[in-house]
Order: sequence, then C-alpha cells, then structure tokens
Amino acid sequence: MTTRTTGLPRSYLFTWAALVGLLAATMALAYVPMPGPLNLVLALGISAVKALLVLALFMKLFRAPALTRAAAAAGLFWLAVLFALSATDYLTRKVEPAGDLSAPTGREYQQGDR
Amino acid sequence: MSDAAPASQSAPQPEPQYATVEQQAEAASFGMWVFLATEVLFFGGMLLAYTWLRANHPDGVAEAGRHTTVVIGSVNTLVLLTSSFTMAWAVHAAEHGRQKALTRLLSATALLGLLFLGLKGYEYHGEWTEHLVPGLNFHQDGPHARTIELFYFLYFLLTGLHGIHVTIGIVLIALLAVRARRGAFSARYYTPVEVTGLYWHFVDIVWIFLYPLIYLVGRSGP
Repeated sequence: MTTRTTGLPRSYLFTWAALVGLLAATMALAYVPMPGPLNLVLALGISAVKALLVLALFMKLFRAPALTRAAAAAGLFWLAVLFALSATDYLTRKVEPAGDLSAPTGREYQQGDR
Repeated sequence: MSDAAPASQSAPQPEPQYATVEQQAEAASFGMWVFLATEVLFFGGMLLAYTWLRANHPDGVAEAGRHTTVVIGSVNTLVLLTSSFTMAWAVHAAEHGRQKALTRLLSATALLGLLFLGLKGYEYHGEWTEHLVPGLNFHQDGPHARTIELFYFLYFLLTGLHGIHVTIGIVLIALLAVRARRGAFSARYYTPVEVTGLYWHFVDIVWIFLYPLIYLVGRSGP
C-alpha cells in the first residue's frame, strides 16, 4: 500500500470506484431480459465480487493472520452447511406444508374463502 | 502502575494476559471475526427462507420485487458503499496517528449511516401507504398476493434486522468520534477503531447481497 502519511491511500479510492462501477453494472443488467436464472447468477456473482473487494481491501482479510482467515472461512462454511443440509429436505419433498400460495388473499378474502 | 506512569502515557501497556500490545490487538480483531461468523448464520436463516420462497414461487417473488422502490434501494447501496470507504480511510488515518482526519472521517461515516436510515424510513413509509406491511397493513389482489405477503414479511425481517445493525454501528462510530476528538487514539493504540470498522464493513456486505435479492428481482420481467 502507498505509505504517504497525508491524504488517502489510492487503493481505497480505486476500491470505492470499483464498488460503485459494479453497483451501476448490476443495476443495468437487472433490466436486461436473460434466459433462465442468468439474471440471478449475474447479480449474485457481482455481489460476490463486491463482497470480496470489501473483505480483501477494506477489511484487510488477505493480510490478516491465519487464525483470522479461518474464522472468516468458518462463517461461510457453516452457511454452506445450513443451505446444503436444508436442501436435502426441501429438494426431496413432495408435499409442501406451507400449502397453496396461489390462493388469493388480503385479510378480507381469507376470511371469506375459508 | 504508579512507578511506570510516565512510560504508560506514551506507550500503552498490554493487559496482563497478553505478552505484547500487538498480540492484544490481534486477539480483539480475531474476536470480532468470530462474532461476524455467527452473524453470517443470523442472516443466513432468513436468506434460506428467501431461497425457498423464490425457488418455489418465482413469479410471485418477481412481482413482489417490482413493488420495491429501486431508486431508494440503489441510492442506499451507494451510501453504504461510500460509508465503508470513509470507515476504511478512518482506520488508515488512525494507523498514522492523524487525529483530526480520524474524527472527521468517523463523523462522516456515522452521518452516511444516518442518511441510510432516513432513506430506509422514508421507504418504509411508502410501503405502509401501499398496503405492503404483512400483519399490520397488507392488502394486495391477484394470484400472487400470498407470495407477495411472504416476500414482504422476509423483506421487513431482513431490512429491519439490518437496520438494527446499522443503528448499533452508528452509535459505536459516533462514540469513537467523540473519543478520537479527545485524543484517545494514537498510531500505537487504535484497536477500537479497527474492530468497529470490521463490524461496519460486515453490515455493508450484508446489504451488498440484500440489494439484488430485494430490489433487482423481477426487473427484467413485464
């Protein structure tokens, strides 16, 4: 990193510019019709890049001690466990206990129908 | 304590359980990272619920997403990204013992946080008038009404919990600004600034993921 003691480090300015650029990109791409889940994949991909920039440069994760990096990785690991083990249930279910969400509601409809 | 008073004024001493000041700072930072790992799971449960809803009712979620105010959401993303930038800059200023810059940058970060909350409050008000608040004031017609209700239920949980985090962050950063103004930090001791910075960046990262999931879903549709 630049070690000028006055002013701001240039790497932070570039990081901020990159984050703003990615925000503009993700917003514009959201309005472009794409096949299948491509819109979602692109949006989450851009979010992941933004998060990585914040983690690596603002939070200085990649220059942090190994113990710190392990703690950060543990958060993601357990999130993956949460999603993966839940998927073993939801992806193999035939009946959804939440019921039929396509029924019309609004409070007054609900009481009239049932 | 008393015999080493002049020395402890200029060079901070570590607490008795640490060998050096550096080790003490490292332990504080590690503690914050462990806390943030638990926070990932705090938000993770709700993100899992969102994933279920979107996977099972994509059309309803898309319609619900089009009800959100994309302009406010985008401006708020810009505000939070910028506040993360000023926070990182503040830590850099603390590292180099620049007291005045530190005070100003911390104040700027807290003010950007307040701006975020203000815009969010304005948005909540709009959702109330549009009858999009489940349980209190929800009224939508059409085939996707119940999916929209569930989407907004998750929306208020996720953004509400995130808003609480922002509020806590603003209070912490404002307190740091007061302490910095009084000269509590130096190039040798600025651990509270660094650790609070980690928390603030995490809150920013949560929003980075909430933004496309809430505001950009369904935008390419009809």
